[in-house]
Amino acid sequence: MNLDNTILTIVTFLPLVGALLILLTPGRDASAIRNVKWIALITTLVTFGFSLLMWSMFDPSTPAFQFVVNYAWLGDVIGYRMGVDGISILFVVLTGLLMPMCILASWESIDHRQREYMVLFLVLETLMIGVFTTLDLAMFYVFFEGSLIPMFLIIGIWGGKRRIQASYKFFFYTFVGSVLMLIAIMAMFWYAGTLDIARLLRVEFPEEMQFWLWLAFFASLAVKMPMWPFHRWLPEAHVEAPTAGSVILAAILLKLGGYGFLRFSLPMFPDASAYFANFVFFLSVAAIIITSLVALVQTDIKKLIAYSSVAHMGFVTMGIFAGNVYGLQGAIFQMISHGIVSGALFLSVGVIYDRMHTRDIEAYGGLVERMPKYAFAFMVFTMANVGLPGTSGFVGEFLTLLAIFQVNTWFAIFATTGVILSACYALWLYRKVIFGALEKESLKGILDLNTREMLTIVPLIILTILFGFYPAPILDATYASAAALADHYLTTSGLADAAAQAGTMVPVEHAAPAATGH
Amino acid sequence: MTSEFAGFASLAPAYPEMLLAVGALALLMIGVFVRFEASRLVTILAVGLLAVAGAMILISSEGTIFSGGFINDGFARFMKTLIIAGSVFALILTFSTAADKGLNKFEYPVLVILATLGMMMMVSANDLMSLYVGLELQSLSLYVVAAFRRDSGKATEAGLKYFVLGALSSGMLLYGASLVYGFTGHTQLDRIAEAVALGERNVGVIFGLVFLLAGIAFKISAVPFHMWTPDVYEGAPTPVTAFFASAPKVAAIALLIRVVFDAFEPIARDWQQVVIFLSIASMVLASFAAIGQNNLKRLLAYSSIGHVGFALVGLSAGSLTGVEGVAIYMAVYLTMTVGTFACVLALKNENGYVQTIEDLAGLSRNRPFVAGMLAMFMFSLVGLPPLAGFFAKWYVFLAAVEAQLFVLAVIGMLASAVSAFYYLRVIKVMYFDEPTQGYAVPAIELRVVIALTGFLVLSYYFTVGAPLAEYAHNAAGSLF
Repeated sequence: MNLDNTILTIVTFLPLVGALLILLTPGRDASAIRNVKWIALITTLVTFGFSLLMWSMFDPSTPAFQFVVNYAWLGDVIGYRMGVDGISILFVVLTGLLMPMCILASWESIDHRQREYMVLFLVLETLMIGVFTTLDLAMFYVFFEGSLIPMFLIIGIWGGKRRIQASYKFFFYTFVGSVLMLIAIMAMFWYAGTLDIARLLRVEFPEEMQFWLWLAFFASLAVKMPMWPFHRWLPEAHVEAPTAGSVILAAILLKLGGYGFLRFSLPMFPDASAYFANFVFFLSVAAIIITSLVALVQTDIKKLIAYSSVAHMGFVTMGIFAGNVYGLQGAIFQMISHGIVSGALFLSVGVIYDRMHTRDIEAYGGLVERMPKYAFAFMVFTMANVGLPGTSGFVGEFLTLLAIFQVNTWFAIFATTGVILSACYALWLYRKVIFGALEKESLKGILDLNTREMLTIVPLIILTILFGFYPAPILDATYASAAALADHYLTTSGLADAAAQAGTMVPVEHAAPAATGH
Repeated sequence: MTSEFAGFASLAPAYPEMLLAVGALALLMIGVFVRFEASRLVTILAVGLLAVAGAMILISSEGTIFSGGFINDGFARFMKTLIIAGSVFALILTFSTAADKGLNKFEYPVLVILATLGMMMMVSANDLMSLYVGLELQSLSLYVVAAFRRDSGKATEAGLKYFVLGALSSGMLLYGASLVYGFTGHTQLDRIAEAVALGERNVGVIFGLVFLLAGIAFKISAVPFHMWTPDVYEGAPTPVTAFFASAPKVAAIALLIRVVFDAFEPIARDWQQVVIFLSIASMVLASFAAIGQNNLKRLLAYSSIGHVGFALVGLSAGSLTGVEGVAIYMAVYLTMTVGTFACVLALKNENGYVQTIEDLAGLSRNRPFVAGMLAMFMFSLVGLPPLAGFFAKWYVFLAAVEAQLFVLAVIGMLASAVSAFYYLRVIKVMYFDEPTQGYAVPAIELRVVIALTGFLVLSYYFTVGAPLAEYAHNAAGSLF
């Protein structure tokens, strides 16, 4: 068996095998439930192992797709196409990393219908990994949109009090945006004659068509991201979802939007991206400032973190559309880092929620006296969320700010205020929850992290600090692809020439290779 | 194209139809002369007969016979296979439910076979006359079947409504056919096409075309000719509703495709406008009207109206891709419909069968298999990937985008987003709400049908997707 051809298929579909095993596990008693949990945990761990193996086999020196599989399937339109490059590979690893933690975090807190829960999570893992590994545009949509089904059910079945409204909101915001993207995908097929992403990346779409395609993709990706003002579904979904659901939402599902911008909007529609860049910058800066201010007045811990996610995603979109190497690498780094940090923050909130069953900030205070280990962990993640140098949060923000500074100083100045605001709300939250006197009766008996919780949180602490001091593993893996993408974007959109001619924007004649098909 | 009758062998393309005609009469005799209660026996024999006919369709020879009145080509074979499958499943669904639903009389399977025969004639009709004969054979059988439970007020009402409106639509269709004949001088579809191509764009022909389309729109229950559907679906016994929602829809859509492509290809622009209107009206009205429904069968009625609208999106494109899309759409739609109705029939307790959406509350707790499958069918009906319903929509919208019908595509997509609202309500009730009542273990054949259709819907991309796409491609190719 040649692992080069099969590893992506294994990583993508292994969780489905686990889901099938769980469905076939007989019995409904406690021991059957325990077996179900162990199957889920082992499946996710093995999947993570394979994703690490894939990373070790990955050659970071080339921007080309690797481990490529390409078969015709379902007639001559949709195919079975797989492959990863520097942009997508780390998201696969990130998904693999966080899934076992989600299973562990749900070990005891999910007290009913565990079997369905684990099946849905494993299906969700396949769908999320599939988004990053597929090289067929239609299959990208299939995975992207398919993730709605398990997430809708996870929020709706295991969520909090207002779970039904939250699950509906989540579903409809994302669904309505996505259907427009589907039409754009079809239009791209008829123009280019293929849905193979590797080939589509070399197709030059006419300028006017790019404009519409860009908007259709934006409708879907901006909701998923989520960008201000399309973020309204996110705080509710986060608040109502069970802990592991919030982790997956924040750490992986939001990244689907950023990945889409990197994979499609920027390289396939460069003219439209350049045209809309200022619009995106405006929305990003607005997101950074407005949602940070909104986060300041929250009373619910999860909601506060959710709004801070929106603000952090603002840095990502800003970095992507800055279009230079710093911006792209910064955006990818910020997404990975945010995946780790926000995932960890939601896990931490889950820890105290499991004990107290409230997320109200006012219900806590002085936890440091009873939970020193927890206080330390929460501090690391808070600092990473603020973007303190030495944590992974700093690198991404710094790189994206550097990138935007090259493009437009004003946006850079406003975006930087977001860093200050994030310090305000994050430190305020930390002070209210952890410091102060331990006065509340209900908190006097609270216990510190147990082994299971340590297992989920300690690896994330290590990674947060490791990537803060030594970001090279991520930056090395992404450099070749990011540089190629930046080069492609800046030349095709004419921004490079414009920069060379002292800032005068000149439309560039496209010596485009003739599009295949039509 | 006149073919003289040259022995029995020359009728080979129509062997399956002939078998069904003779078989239906034989079953009728068996039912009359067997001394004991014969409905069970006749039903099983009917399923066997249909299965044999289905096998014969797969190996039947292609050609045009009866002086050009009957054609058997790849397209007809594809659609006939679907129709037979729909009828077989409809009969299987009555195995354990016939007694409760008042269908335990041997005439029922015979009528289903006769209706199936009519549908196969519709699909193979190459002449306005044989078309009408097939259509009426189908319709008359269905009128009787709708009112089969003659002691039930609702069923009688359903049958009567279906009959009156159906007769009206048949009249419109006949009127349109006579106009077309009057202005072109032909009733055979390909001759009409030749005449239309030669002559100028003639108001009389277009008038006839519009009446023809209106008549067929009644049969496929496209808006604005859909009014009978919710009432008939609600009133008729559920296995009958399952039958109405599956095979006749396929037959009528196939007939529509045959007529517009074989006879009116030269004036494609004119009928495209009509089809686009029918499509948009069906999709939009169905998705909004279904939101207020509480009765499960009425909900499924509006759902079927909406799905006809989606299928017509493919036809609007007027291209090979479009017909291919519609063919795939009907195959997937048939599977989802059969599965959904099997789920509805599988839910029975001491109060009778499930009726309203509230009756499903908390179903995932006490009947997890049925609830899970029903939820999957609902997601598939919404058109969510990776289920079969998504791929069906993919093909029809792909054709619409190819034909640059962007407005239609966007409206259709948004309508499907709206329709998600009522499908999700079913899932919400089953999964998010607390149980109020329990249900008995479903009969074995219902579980098999649910599992089979569920498997096809779930694993579409891996299993049936590729062969179906190829089969549909060849089928559509035979029309061009």
